[in-house]
Amino acid sequence: MAATESYPDDLLYHPEHDWARIEGDEAVLGITWFAQDALGELVHYEAPDVGGTVTKGSSYGEVESVKAVSDLISPLSGEVIEVNQAVVDAPETVNADPYGDGWLIRIRMTSPDERDDLLSAADYRKVVDEA
Amino acid sequence: MVAFAGWEMPVQYEGVIAEHKAVRGDAGVFDVSHMGELEVEGPTARDLLQAMLSNDVDRLRPGHAQYTLLTNEDGGILDDLILYRLEEHRFLIVANASNTDVVYRWVKEHELRGSDVRDVSDEYALLAVQGPRSLERLGLAPAKAFTWAMGELDGVEVMVNRTGYTGEEGVELACMADDAGELWDAILARGVVPCGLGARDTLRLEVCFPLHGNDIGPQWDAISSGLGWACALDTGFTGADRLREVKATGPARKLVAFVMTDRAIPRQGMSIAGGGEVTSGTMSPMLDVGIGMGYVPAPSAAPGTELLVDVRGKERRAEVRKKPLYHKEPS
Repeated sequence: MAATESYPDDLLYHPEHDWARIEGDEAVLGITWFAQDALGELVHYEAPDVGGTVTKGSSYGEVESVKAVSDLISPLSGEVIEVNQAVVDAPETVNADPYGDGWLIRIRMTSPDERDDLLSAADYRKVVDEA
Repeated sequence: MVAFAGWEMPVQYEGVIAEHKAVRGDAGVFDVSHMGELEVEGPTARDLLQAMLSNDVDRLRPGHAQYTLLTNEDGGILDDLILYRLEEHRFLIVANASNTDVVYRWVKEHELRGSDVRDVSDEYALLAVQGPRSLERLGLAPAKAFTWAMGELDGVEVMVNRTGYTGEEGVELACMADDAGELWDAILARGVVPCGLGARDTLRLEVCFPLHGNDIGPQWDAISSGLGWACALDTGFTGADRLREVKATGPARKLVAFVMTDRAIPRQGMSIAGGGEVTSGTMSPMLDVGIGMGYVPAPSAAPGTELLVDVRGKERRAEVRKKPLYHKEPS
């Protein structure tokens, strides 16, 4: 059921174990394999409201496992245009597919240049190796 | 692994939820060797324990066990214990790991001529096998809860205790520490699922067994904590006078169980509107909702009362429910 460790090359990463997939002026956000593995099976996703704003480096929501709560740190700034209701209803989706069905929010970026501060998969792997 | 009271303990093996469901549906084993064991022996052992512990020692015959409390002068709970009567004049106390020294010192200080208290924690290991198929998997016959007998499992001599902390049928097996590895392997070979501290906590919370240090402690008296049933107030144990007063006037705050009616998970330390506090909380693997226990003002303690829990700045609704929160489906 749990996914195997991977960090896809087509994503950008924030050192707080969050990823972004940039699609035009929008971005899809989620947490990395490392984050979901450290937390264990997720049982709750506290999602932001659609229409709200997220700020790079700040918390936009929370995920919880049985034992732990973790803030979701946004890798980019923008407006929330969609929340993945499938994860609200079944948070364990994140454990099964952290980069696919387990995405968390879609935003419209307000500062697209922020992507330049994010890490490549190779650089993020170094963060994970040191953790 | 996590450090706990000087022990390295596994929080989980396969995963908390899978382990939890194994115990509810089949059988799981927990290494609870961190629990402390004290032996109290001698012709006045009964007198010592009757003066120290909340429950009535005279209702405990050899071969039986009893849930009891060590209370302070205010009726606050220093620890909750299982007391085994090994022989007429010999008792075994099983205490919580982090409280074993407190219990030992407290009882030792009050030791009477003709009673001897020894900490034998390092001599024993304790493995809890719990779940509806636990007896079948271990090849044990059913027996009454809160009894014990000497026995043997796959060549290891064990004290078979009909006790547990999950709300399921099962046993707690005490053996000599040197035999623990062999016993653990034998239990796993019988198809029992290894379980960690994480599942132990979610299982006990679903059936509302209090955890010392979370839900009960020296700062709350035993009546407010809902453990009056374990207090034989006429035996004159330490704190009994105070508990009698609390019982007469009614406690100002009570320990209640609740389920979240909003989607949220309560956690220890969160405040409850109107002067309450969450003492334990988790996501219930069986009920699939947030559940918890906590202290609320007595008028809010009735089942059905709505509570508002402050979940990191957001008010989330909960409802007081009768204990236990989880009921076994009739088999």
